[in-house]
Amino acid sequence: MSLFKVIDVAGSAMNAQSVRLNVTSSNLANAGSVSGDPDKVYRARQPIFESFQHTLADQSGISGVRMTGVVESAAPLEVRYQPEHPEADENGNVYVSNVNNVQEMVNMISASRSYKNNVEIINTTKDLLMQTLSLGR
Amino acid sequence: MEIKAFEMHEQALKFRAHRNEVLSSNIANADTPNYKARDLDFAAALKGAQGGTLSLKRTSEMHQQAWGTARSAGRLMYRVPMQPTLDGNTVEADVEQAAFAENALQYRASLAFLDGKVRSLRFAIKGGD
Repeated sequence: MSLFKVIDVAGSAMNAQSVRLNVTSSNLANAGSVSGDPDKVYRARQPIFESFQHTLADQSGISGVRMTGVVESAAPLEVRYQPEHPEADENGNVYVSNVNNVQEMVNMISASRSYKNNVEIINTTKDLLMQTLSLGR
Repeated sequence: MEIKAFEMHEQALKFRAHRNEVLSSNIANADTPNYKARDLDFAAALKGAQGGTLSLKRTSEMHQQAWGTARSAGRLMYRVPMQPTLDGNTVEADVEQAAFAENALQYRASLAFLDGKVRSLRFAIKGGD
């Protein structure tokens, strides 16, 4: 029954979107965190998505989503002169993480909408499957 | 005896199930960079299912005849996006959702036709309810 594959595909997308949501929440939680060492400051992270098919020769056009990794943002850190800060370096500077709150909120909304879309797909397909099973009753 | 009671509805159901998979792949990959949305053409699949309208052109009588099958007739085509995106993704969520809803409805229609066929067959076999 080929409709069952839809559940795999939508499931893989839900998995990917939930990872994205997790990463976003981690970014938001660490927004504004500071450190005296620029190498230790939290940098915004983004998951990388990729579509995949079970076999390369698959011509059916069915492909799920998988995550190939998480990259850290290369955006510049904000340097803040704050000599009274306990973590300030010898010049009196602290480094603030480069998380962009607006970007993360947009990311969160986008991820949750996509997640909901895939839930709807599964619901509709499940409905169709159930109706097919009760054919002729 | 071959029963052709189900006619094209069986083929239509198969096609709708396949299209359902393709459209759900599109929606699943709505956020994947460089993913190109695809879709199936019902008219071409119907022609293919009806017979050898999809054969290769022969320039010599010596060439072998290659008939198209229903499977290859329902071939995948890339969707032309209405708006460009920065990440090379051509999925437009609203277009895909509309197509998915339409396809699900048509799947249900095919199911209803098949259901009627089964009922009338059963009615004929039993000679009444």
